[in-house]
Amino acid sequence: MKEDKLKVEKIKNGTVIDHISAGKGLDVYKILKGIEKQSIIIAINVPSTRMKRKDILKIENKQLGTDEFNHVALISPSATVVSIKNYKVIRKHKIDLPDKIKGILKCKNPVCISNYETYIVPEFSVISKDPIVLKCAYCEHEFKM
Amino acid sequence: MNLNFKGRDIINIEELSRKELDHILSVSDKMLPLINKGSTLCKGKVLASLFFEPSTRTRLSFESAMSRLGGSVIGFADPTVTSEKKGEVLADTIRTVDGYADIIAMRHPQEGSAKVAADYAKIPVINGGDGGHHHPTQTILDIFTIKKEKGEIDGLNIGFCGDLKYGRTVHSLAYALAKYKDIEVTCIAPKALEMPRYVVHHMEKKGIHIIEKDGIEKSIKGLDVLYATRIQKERFGSEKEYTDIKGSYYIDKNIMSKAKNDMILMHPLPRVDEIRYDVDGDKRAVYFKQAHYGIPTRMALIALLLGAVK
Repeated sequence: MKEDKLKVEKIKNGTVIDHISAGKGLDVYKILKGIEKQSIIIAINVPSTRMKRKDILKIENKQLGTDEFNHVALISPSATVVSIKNYKVIRKHKIDLPDKIKGILKCKNPVCISNYETYIVPEFSVISKDPIVLKCAYCEHEFKM
Repeated sequence: MNLNFKGRDIINIEELSRKELDHILSVSDKMLPLINKGSTLCKGKVLASLFFEPSTRTRLSFESAMSRLGGSVIGFADPTVTSEKKGEVLADTIRTVDGYADIIAMRHPQEGSAKVAADYAKIPVINGGDGGHHHPTQTILDIFTIKKEKGEIDGLNIGFCGDLKYGRTVHSLAYALAKYKDIEVTCIAPKALEMPRYVVHHMEKKGIHIIEKDGIEKSIKGLDVLYATRIQKERFGSEKEYTDIKGSYYIDKNIMSKAKNDMILMHPLPRVDEIRYDVDGDKRAVYFKQAHYGIPTRMALIALLLGAVK
């Protein structure tokens, strides 16, 4: 076995988020909703021919929907998503940041009302995708990711 | 264009088109004689004046405006006497007041709070200032003052001086002026307090010619309007920096002698000492008149949103 060969087990069914920027795997895990009960394998800082180093997230027995994995672009726009069935790739998905982000991030403006009133679901519009710039729906504060 | 204001919220000056702004100014003008004569336009209607933060001019002029329209006022000027003190959230306060009043005027320290109030209220909400974010009624009275005192807004050379970086009244007025034609804006501020680039870019995109200068004396000569703002001590890193800048950004009789005879000097108030008291007697100093224009403009907004006038 080659020294730098990937030492991550294949999954039978589920979703693999690959090519995550090295060190961002845990952030991607935190941003995904509805995977708390799944078995998850996270590989951090593994060798990659395309990126030198990358992180990988393998979620067993859960096919993520577009709305769920598109948020990954907030953390790592380079990431790719594949659906796995019986150890085979059945579909490759393109990650595309949605125009609106709801309930994922907190506003960075410390005096924004959304940081004070807990029932408010933070909401942002994406005003630029490269670089990623978000605008809070409440205080209209703009910030780069 | 639909100019029906009934039931709408006024949260941000940007939501109003030039045509809508002009209509509000025209209704404000019609309200002027009603200030002394009184009116029954909003008889039986109740304004909820919810001030979670201190205010002199905004709160009192909202309450005075409703009284002069024949309506009544409920509310508070100190949130410590409300259920907020017991931990009640803003949405619940608003939903409660929604059943007590016909219209809400609110000031709140958090940015974006006016949008939250509008989201939860069925009755119209007027933003009386949400932190350092928006204060649309101040901008409307500023625009009304310019229109009344200068006759027209298009084609004017308007100077802003003082704290252009943090002054929300300046930013909102700049956005409103961007709706008018052939405006020239002169920004007079020290480097540390210059107009934010996003405001400058917005104005430039809308065709406003912008000149940026440092020093009032050199810049005042060609202005039709000078809008002064307070320089706040807490914005500076050191006492010396604050004292140096404050000492070079004031308007006195001597500086006013270099201005045009028909220039108007405005200020959102409160002032500290950026306009010296010896200027108050000058007929061009209109800042108290400007504060008084808060009445007809707020009367106009209340009457329009309640559908008492069209």
